[in-house]
Amino acid sequence: MSEQIEQFQDALLSSNPEKAEALLKEGISNLSILECIETVVMPALDNIGTGWEAGEHALSQVYMSGRICEDLLDKHLPSEDELRSNKPRMAIALLNDYHSLGKKIIYSALRAAGYNLLDYGRLEAEELVHKAEEDQLELVLISVLMYSSALKVADVVKGLKKCCPAILIAVGGAPFRLDQSLWQDVGADYVGTNSADAFKIVRSYRGAEQDD
Amino acid sequence: MTKEKMTSMQRVLTALEHREPDRVPMLLPLTMHGSRELGLSIRDYFSRAEYVIEGQIRLQEKYGHDAYTGFFYGPAEIEAFGGEVIFVDDGPPNSGEPLIKSLDTLDRITVPEISKVPVLQNILKTIRTLNEKADGDIPVLGVVISPFSLPVMQLGFESYLELIYNKRELFWRLMQVNETFAVQWGNAQLAAGATALAYFDPLASPTVIPRNIYLETGWLIAKRTIAKLNGPTATHLASGRVLPVIDDLVKTGTGAVGAGSSEALVELKQACQGKLAIIGNLNGLEMHRWSKEELFHRVKEAIDGAAPGGGFILSDSHGEIPWQVTDEQLRAISEAVREYGTYPIS
Repeated sequence: MSEQIEQFQDALLSSNPEKAEALLKEGISNLSILECIETVVMPALDNIGTGWEAGEHALSQVYMSGRICEDLLDKHLPSEDELRSNKPRMAIALLNDYHSLGKKIIYSALRAAGYNLLDYGRLEAEELVHKAEEDQLELVLISVLMYSSALKVADVVKGLKKCCPAILIAVGGAPFRLDQSLWQDVGADYVGTNSADAFKIVRSYRGAEQDD
Repeated sequence: MTKEKMTSMQRVLTALEHREPDRVPMLLPLTMHGSRELGLSIRDYFSRAEYVIEGQIRLQEKYGHDAYTGFFYGPAEIEAFGGEVIFVDDGPPNSGEPLIKSLDTLDRITVPEISKVPVLQNILKTIRTLNEKADGDIPVLGVVISPFSLPVMQLGFESYLELIYNKRELFWRLMQVNETFAVQWGNAQLAAGATALAYFDPLASPTVIPRNIYLETGWLIAKRTIAKLNGPTATHLASGRVLPVIDDLVKTGTGAVGAGSSEALVELKQACQGKLAIIGNLNGLEMHRWSKEELFHRVKEAIDGAAPGGGFILSDSHGEIPWQVTDEQLRAISEAVREYGTYPIS
């Protein structure tokens, strides 16, 4: 790991936004903001996400790191900035239950990585299908905490595949982490357990699109 | 079923004393399945203590597990604070929108009066009646959500993390209220006849909060709260990792720990030896897709890993068996415990 990534990562893990900003500014003085995101911010968030998966970091650190990066990038690369990526057209939603931490973590991480995405908040299956169709989404990210909510993803998949056959559906949350074949049972296209997975999913979508 | 040498109470207490009982005790935290026995919706089932009492008795007679569960659902405590509970047809009741919408209003929160909260009174009635029915032969378990973990439902997780990290003074103000409530609520259950309490503290796990922050917050709270509870506790981290904080948990005064399915029982047993009894760790979420053979294999694996020498109670990994787990699967667990769990186990 480069020294720059390591320092930035340490600032995030110790929840130190001032130090993280100083390091980002230092980076921007040598590189473009997009290069900085690509070579420092994303690798650091990636490491923290996979580190959580491996038991090295805590969920609160994943959340606080994403929040710090989101705030920093909102400041240095605002939503309307043309450098931000609007592809794929995507949204994130909390399905059925009221535990929004996972959604917020992924939302912040993707925003910090320079992507624009819609935040649908908390929805029932039918509402989610309706909104995704209306917004002509290409990718929908669904977060849940409760097992009964995870099972409702099947209704979303059924509804979406009918009205928007090309749409891709990614799921995440504790039930999918603890029951590893559940994502296939409910018919999702992807499963992710951390922000690193979310980056991969979004990148693979873009890769597939470029191949086409 | 052949007559066993010990009562459930003797079996559980012997295991908790790190000695070998006649067989491995089995704890099936079946909170919702009683509604299926009675042909009621989950919402209706929890509307009256009589239903839950009947449900618990029928389930215990059917599967022969070693404890009654006096616990209804997690958000009961949120209901006490004036929050919303959402019922679904195929899972545990869930907390709704966080009841504290803004951290600015946090100083207005007060300790609920247990006598004025219908769901808490129903829980106490359930514990009291089950305890009378058990007549000392079957333990009755209560649950108290730790003051440190309750705010996830009071505030929502994100606001609560902001509070822990950035507004420590306000955090301690909330903890004062929550600690008072947890002690009152735990002791009310013990006074009603609960044999022991599960101290439900998912945030104590390093999966959720770094150990250094836990030690300056939730650990101090657990130490104080558990010391004021008039009965034994088992700390449950709801599937989170336990190993890195075993010695910390021991120092809180708790007597047992709930193990998640991601850690090897052999390693846990080594770390807990003689200090904490282990309760766990069948993967509750995967359980509904396990065949009878798979269930037998999983039960045997758990028993082989943690039962020798006592100090082990077979249970699920999360503290609540999902609705989707079937009658046949629960019967298979019960049969497997009787098949592989008779001491001596080498």
